[in-house]
Amino acid sequence: MGINRRDFLKLAGLLGLGGKAAFELVLPGEVEAAVAKTQATGTRWALVVDMRKLTDKVAARCIEACHSLHNVPNYLEPPDPKLALSEDLKNRWQIKWIWSDVYEHAFVGFEQDHQWDKLKGMNFLLLCNHCENPPCVRVCPTQATYRRPDGIVMMDMHRCIGCRFCMAGCPYAARSFNWRDPRPYIAKINPNYPTREIGVVEKCLLCEERLAQGQQPACVEASGGALIFGNLNEENSPVRAALRAHYTIRRKPYLGTNPQVYYIV
Amino acid sequence: MLENAFVGTRRYFTLLAVLATLSAVGFLVYLKQLSFGLGITGMSRDVSWGFYIAQFTYLVGVAASAVMVVLPYYLHDYKAFGRVTILGEFLAVAAVTMCLLFIIVDLGRPDRLFNVLKYPTPNSVLFWDMIVLNGYLFLNLVCGWFVLEAERNQVPPPKWLKPLILLSIPWAPSIHTVTAFLYAGLPGRGYWLTAIMAPRFLSSAFAAGPALLILLALLVRRYTKFDPGREQIQTLAKIVTYAILVNVFFFFCEVFTVFYSRIPEHMDHFYYLFYGLQGKGWLVPWMWFSIVGMCIAALLMVSPKIRQNETTLALTCGLIIITTYIDKGLGLISGGFVPNPLHQVNEYVPTVPEIIITLGVWATGFLILTILYKVAVSVKEEIRA
Repeated sequence: MGINRRDFLKLAGLLGLGGKAAFELVLPGEVEAAVAKTQATGTRWALVVDMRKLTDKVAARCIEACHSLHNVPNYLEPPDPKLALSEDLKNRWQIKWIWSDVYEHAFVGFEQDHQWDKLKGMNFLLLCNHCENPPCVRVCPTQATYRRPDGIVMMDMHRCIGCRFCMAGCPYAARSFNWRDPRPYIAKINPNYPTREIGVVEKCLLCEERLAQGQQPACVEASGGALIFGNLNEENSPVRAALRAHYTIRRKPYLGTNPQVYYIV
Repeated sequence: MLENAFVGTRRYFTLLAVLATLSAVGFLVYLKQLSFGLGITGMSRDVSWGFYIAQFTYLVGVAASAVMVVLPYYLHDYKAFGRVTILGEFLAVAAVTMCLLFIIVDLGRPDRLFNVLKYPTPNSVLFWDMIVLNGYLFLNLVCGWFVLEAERNQVPPPKWLKPLILLSIPWAPSIHTVTAFLYAGLPGRGYWLTAIMAPRFLSSAFAAGPALLILLALLVRRYTKFDPGREQIQTLAKIVTYAILVNVFFFFCEVFTVFYSRIPEHMDHFYYLFYGLQGKGWLVPWMWFSIVGMCIAALLMVSPKIRQNETTLALTCGLIIITTYIDKGLGLISGGFVPNPLHQVNEYVPTVPEIIITLGVWATGFLILTILYKVAVSVKEEIRA
């Protein structure tokens, strides 16, 4: 039967199946995809990590730039030595917006018997993938986490009820929870960005506050060219140029989340 | 009828006092959790759900199992169960109340609980879980209460009740199915990503719930003048037998798929639970006890001699309750989160405050159960007198 997705959606609307929300249940992600298709000329933010340029030093600079800008608490090395935590608590409470981990952790399931030696133990820079079909958005019961039309997976920290369903849903472990008041563990509070309260989830928001002012994300700016950021829908954008010129890999593409962080290896 | 809750023996009031005390202690520790945050629990970035959600999952099963007495009575007109339906329905009321309390104590921001209603989100399974749980609580409370009242007045139950009773029958499996869907639809969690999750939930529920009901019926017979009846207990025992056999079968179906396919992301959770992974595995002895105990219990239940002797039946039911509890209440949640999506093994062990809060919720549930059973039993005694 000749019925395309658009007609199908219209028909469903006429039949009063309950609009977009009811649809998401039947065809998770389909509505989003349909919307994204019609906006192929709009903005779709994406990030390319050039692993040839990303040294541990550069990665550390990116992490520092992001975490200090966004008031991310540091449980590993608290500003006041009196607040030092046990190894166990450090591990449990840690909050990460952007962090680095070895290839074997970042790309679970990509192992090969005779691995390209360079990749073994190589530190990758990890962050929220701002997926095209984000499972965290699908599971959130209050829409505290939602996807913007430009692809940024957002987090409304004033609406989050702290159920942590999104943490169970994210296959990249990109979300953190405030198991306690984070403020004592922030070395220097940046007055231009809010701090968090106990009991809410937080994550990388791709520096949406900087994008609004026409700036690049803080990690990209600090990376000295190792991170490339831009609009995937724009033919001449630096991300498109990088993707055209190089072979890239993504984390767990087989899960169908369509992650938007690419790695040149 | 509620007035029956306020008169009783010294033993009854002592029980209430003990449960109320435990519940109050749990509440005090919960206040501490409210001010400090969920950091007082053993949960972590990697294991973001723990003991609370595990209890919730187990108790949803106990609640759903009420259908095992309601269905034969109302659908198949199995008259004998008329004496125990009320016990099943009130057990469901107490169990669902505990489920809801466990969800609340697990929230990081319980003050924002009503955001779930303010921003209804049908693509979240949690939204549906809220609907089915509250609906089931309402159905069982109303059906149980009005049938009991009619019985007391020796009149037939009101006509409007019948559709609600019939509705409660499909509603029961729905609460456990929806709860299974909380886990079964998540990408990247190999242990939970299985279509047999909901059937496994139901089979373990239909074993554990009626097993608990048998124990409660035996207690009621021992401590009150109301006898739920030998035939009723024996029928329940047969239900438990089939359910536990199916549950063991489902477990081995799961093991086959996972280990014959040899997909690491699915196998490693089983390795962690039953063998240990990367040198860690505090749940290993528990899980072996659970599965071996469950198999033994299933075999024991098959034997008519053991099933028909109420002492050995009670012991076997106890074993079933414990082993299914370990499977769901300890292994399911931890095993799903460990290893994490980055293949690191960060284990989860509940902390003391977490366990006290958990005990507090259980005590609250049993407080409700005791009061409801007291009301029900008093009415039953009254009629027979």
